[in-house]
Amino acid sequence: MKQLFRLNSGAKKRQKQRGSMVNASTLKHTFDRRAVVIGGLQYGVGVLLAVRMGYLAIAENEKYRLESESNRVNLTLIPPRRGWILDRDGAPLASNRADFRVDVIPERLSDPDAMLDQIGGLLGLEPNRIADLKTEVSQSRGFAPIEVASGLDYEQFAALSVRLPDLQGVVPQRGFSRFYPTASSVGHLIGYVGPANAEEYELDRNPILITPGHKIGKDALEKQFEQELRGVPGARRVEVTAGGRIVRDLETRDDIQGDPVRLTIDGPLQDYAARRIGLESGSVVVMDCQTGDLLCMASMPSFDPNSFSDGIGSVEYSMLREDARVPLRNKVLKGLYPPGSTVKPMHCMAFLKAGVQPSESITCGGGRRIGNRFFNCWSNHGRVDMAKAIYQSCDSYFYHFAQQIGFDKVAEMAKDLGLGQEFELPVTSQFYGTVPDPDWKFNKFGREWQSFDTVNASIGQGYYLTSPLQLAVMSARLATGNRLNPRLVLDGSSNDPVSYNFNADEIAYIRQAMSDVVNGPGTAGRGRLPFPDIKMAGKTGTAQVVSLSVSNGRTGPWKYRDHGLFTFFAPTENPRYAGAVVIEHGGGSGSAYPIARDVMTFMFDPQKGLDALKSLEQQWGGTAQERLEQRYAAYARERGATVTPPPRRDEDIFDRVEAEARVAAQQSEEIADEFVAPRPIANPSGTPPPDARPQTLVPGIQTPPSPPPSTPPSTPPPTMAPSPLSTAGAN
Amino acid sequence: MQSARSGIIPYPIARQPWSMLIPLFMLVAFGAAVLYSAAGGSMTPYASSHLIRFGVFLVMASVIASLPRDFVRFMTYPAFIVVFLLLLAVEIIGQVNGGSQRWLDLGFMVLQPSELMKPVIVVTLAHYFSSLPVGMIATWRALVVPGVMIGLPVGLVLLQPDLGTSLAIVFGGGVVMLLAGLPMRWFVAAGLAGAAAAPLVFFFGLQDYQQRRVMTMFDPEADALGAGYHIAQSKIAIGSGGIFGKGFNNGSQSHLQYLPEPHTDFVFATMAEEWGLIGGLFVLAVFSIILRWGMNVARDSRDRFSNLLAAGMSATIFFYIAVNLLMVMGMAPVVGIPLPFMSHGGSSMMTNMICIGALMMVNRWNRNAPRGGLSG
Repeated sequence: MKQLFRLNSGAKKRQKQRGSMVNASTLKHTFDRRAVVIGGLQYGVGVLLAVRMGYLAIAENEKYRLESESNRVNLTLIPPRRGWILDRDGAPLASNRADFRVDVIPERLSDPDAMLDQIGGLLGLEPNRIADLKTEVSQSRGFAPIEVASGLDYEQFAALSVRLPDLQGVVPQRGFSRFYPTASSVGHLIGYVGPANAEEYELDRNPILITPGHKIGKDALEKQFEQELRGVPGARRVEVTAGGRIVRDLETRDDIQGDPVRLTIDGPLQDYAARRIGLESGSVVVMDCQTGDLLCMASMPSFDPNSFSDGIGSVEYSMLREDARVPLRNKVLKGLYPPGSTVKPMHCMAFLKAGVQPSESITCGGGRRIGNRFFNCWSNHGRVDMAKAIYQSCDSYFYHFAQQIGFDKVAEMAKDLGLGQEFELPVTSQFYGTVPDPDWKFNKFGREWQSFDTVNASIGQGYYLTSPLQLAVMSARLATGNRLNPRLVLDGSSNDPVSYNFNADEIAYIRQAMSDVVNGPGTAGRGRLPFPDIKMAGKTGTAQVVSLSVSNGRTGPWKYRDHGLFTFFAPTENPRYAGAVVIEHGGGSGSAYPIARDVMTFMFDPQKGLDALKSLEQQWGGTAQERLEQRYAAYARERGATVTPPPRRDEDIFDRVEAEARVAAQQSEEIADEFVAPRPIANPSGTPPPDARPQTLVPGIQTPPSPPPSTPPSTPPPTMAPSPLSTAGAN
Repeated sequence: MQSARSGIIPYPIARQPWSMLIPLFMLVAFGAAVLYSAAGGSMTPYASSHLIRFGVFLVMASVIASLPRDFVRFMTYPAFIVVFLLLLAVEIIGQVNGGSQRWLDLGFMVLQPSELMKPVIVVTLAHYFSSLPVGMIATWRALVVPGVMIGLPVGLVLLQPDLGTSLAIVFGGGVVMLLAGLPMRWFVAAGLAGAAAAPLVFFFGLQDYQQRRVMTMFDPEADALGAGYHIAQSKIAIGSGGIFGKGFNNGSQSHLQYLPEPHTDFVFATMAEEWGLIGGLFVLAVFSIILRWGMNVARDSRDRFSNLLAAGMSATIFFYIAVNLLMVMGMAPVVGIPLPFMSHGGSSMMTNMICIGALMMVNRWNRNAPRGGLSG
């Protein structure tokens, strides 16, 4: 019947709709048929929906359940407590202290300036701190938290916490902040911590890096041992609404503190040495002669890592920036200085290896003719053998024998003993300096090695550049005859140095000569240790940075004064400790060896050492840290608003300082192109020059050199040519 | 329906179509439970007003169900004109006030004339086709006049702009025209023309936000925080419910406000999260019972007007259900169409109860004059 109708209907269409075929009955049939189709369609949609829902709820249930959980549950990371940095006895050089802190997350602030003013008012922040924060917030990437304040007392914290509902984007929390008990004494050694910046987050997309309150190592050891020190963050799981409101706590997992790092550094010694440097700018390195352990790497003046870790303020940065004594530079690793006479004992070892007998002597006539030219000594020493050449620091002797054996061999010994070398140390960077030799000079300048180059280099001048660390290593290696490698971390590894196979007699000879520098008729007579049974051996050095015509090296502009150097070891007969002291522009070695004396005194008898320091610090106006704080207060009062803002990235600060350190190291190179005439007064008196307190120079603005004195400060010996830079010595 | 008659239950009660009404009551009660949960475990503000409205509109539906056919036929065109004028009034007031407007504030209630237009267009077209001489069903009069009847109100609704309601009106009208027996090739041609015009409409006719909604239907995860957010969250709610759901009042998606509109357009997702696939199948089953009953009423009617009227009403309810469920399951763009009998909202409840009332009315006519009698 239905089939028949369909045929009918088809026929109807072909007949171009004969009206008589359409009647109420066919319409009813059409209705029924189409209603069935529509009903079927409805069922089809119903089945489709059921299948779709089954698919979502069964096949994809796992996926959507996870997504629903990740919607519902918000994981808040709790910054882990950072591992401590310990000295060799287990005393903390960097620890943590519980505190209340406040961060802001810039992208959540609707009106950052108004918010910062409000918080600043609540916490009583200084106006320049608020200004710094505004700059920082406006330049930030948004998601990374910015520390507003830490170390708050409970009342301030509570005052902020109760207003929290109105303070969108402000995160107050209980946490831990890094604490450096000896403050500026360990600034360069340990470094400091700070919030991760955008680049660091790009590099390591660890969510802990952008957790408010978390800080990572920014410099030196804090940066090198970041992974060990970091620890494992704790977590707090909370149920949150889509709008971010916390509904309830689900569970909390405690953080795991980072591993401690134990250094070879002797904390009290480090602090003592840093303080003992006093008003000078310089560094002290002390090494253990048996293990190579670095006991002390003090570089002063320094910054306070505690305040750097709270964020580097623009006033503080500006003060450190404008200080000509570059408190931001780690001078132990990145100060390069001509070693001056401190290399002479090592050069003697090179002479001995080349077959020179200790008894072979020359006559110093206030200088020595090398080739067809006469080169001045700093004094007239008469007949000089090897021992006298060391303890009297006679230049002529070294001109002669360096020329005789060739400087190549001397340079080889210098490199072998650690000069011009980098050491395997966990430091962010170290400068390796220069040990000049003919090949090096030709490669660098395209000029042949001249006899005056040998002369300059033989007394540690000219192109020679060394870091205090290298000098300390050289001193330790020379004193023991073993290839000691410095190490900084006490990780239980044994350090079994290889012997150089120096002859025991040779070593004893040089030890004795160096002992005579201090304890005999030498150049450091006031360097004796105040113990009857312990003797310190050493070698003074005075490194000239400008030619004689510019400055007399002891007075006048600080920048032109000679560097004072001293390498040492003690006790003489059986060396236990070795080290180096370098005082920048100290006006000669007299600024350096008293520091070595006191540091060694402290090493063997801390009380005696401290007594000596206390009286000095009274003259200086407090400990290094106290003076830093006083200076900061005075500076902030004076400058107030007109200060250089710090670079946006902390790294820029130290990149800049490092670049400047390289430039500074070239200062002595400028005069190396000629013979560097030794000063006639190089033999130090042991007292700093009368106006040793340097003027503060604004970097970039060079004070014009003071006019050269019309007459040399002391009458030169008759044999000495008036101008050593001209064709010295008639020939 | 007839079998419900018994001696104990009084006739006026026994004659009601309980096979549809009982599932409907269950669905509304279930909807109230879901709304109770959507309000965070509270009868206010959604669940109680949902039940009260249902009660009020059930009375309205009973009143509609008791209307005689001649009265309905007599009132059809005037009703259409009144609703059309109301639509016009909405548009004019909107223009005067600046900005678009969909409702009229009558003082005692807020009226959306476009909602009324959905059942009214069905009645109007049913009346038109039942009075059109059968021989003219394949002529221009069968197409142009209903076309204008649909086109004018749809144009006004589109101006509001309210795409969902416009489509509902077109769908209701279209189904009536299809069932009225218009030549099939017209629909095929219209379908082809529509397919060809779709890209043009998409690029030139739709608003920016509507284009995005259509695009995200094809790839909701692509823009999970933007236009795709609604659908993504809805699918998470449904999918995470699993077979048995997370339990009554335990839906995190709705309670923590991840799910947008958990009490109106996305009420099904709210339900599915807590009741799972079981709850979903229950809802689908109830809807199919109601729609099947509606289509049966349409088929059982004895005259053309009743046929078309009942089928059109069923189709209107179906359109709500299908578009809403396809949307919450990520198979249709986000169009603001609520789910009948479950979503919280007076207008949609009113429209759907008018449809139910109309179906009950036709059902009563059928009973009073069984099939096979006089043809209208």
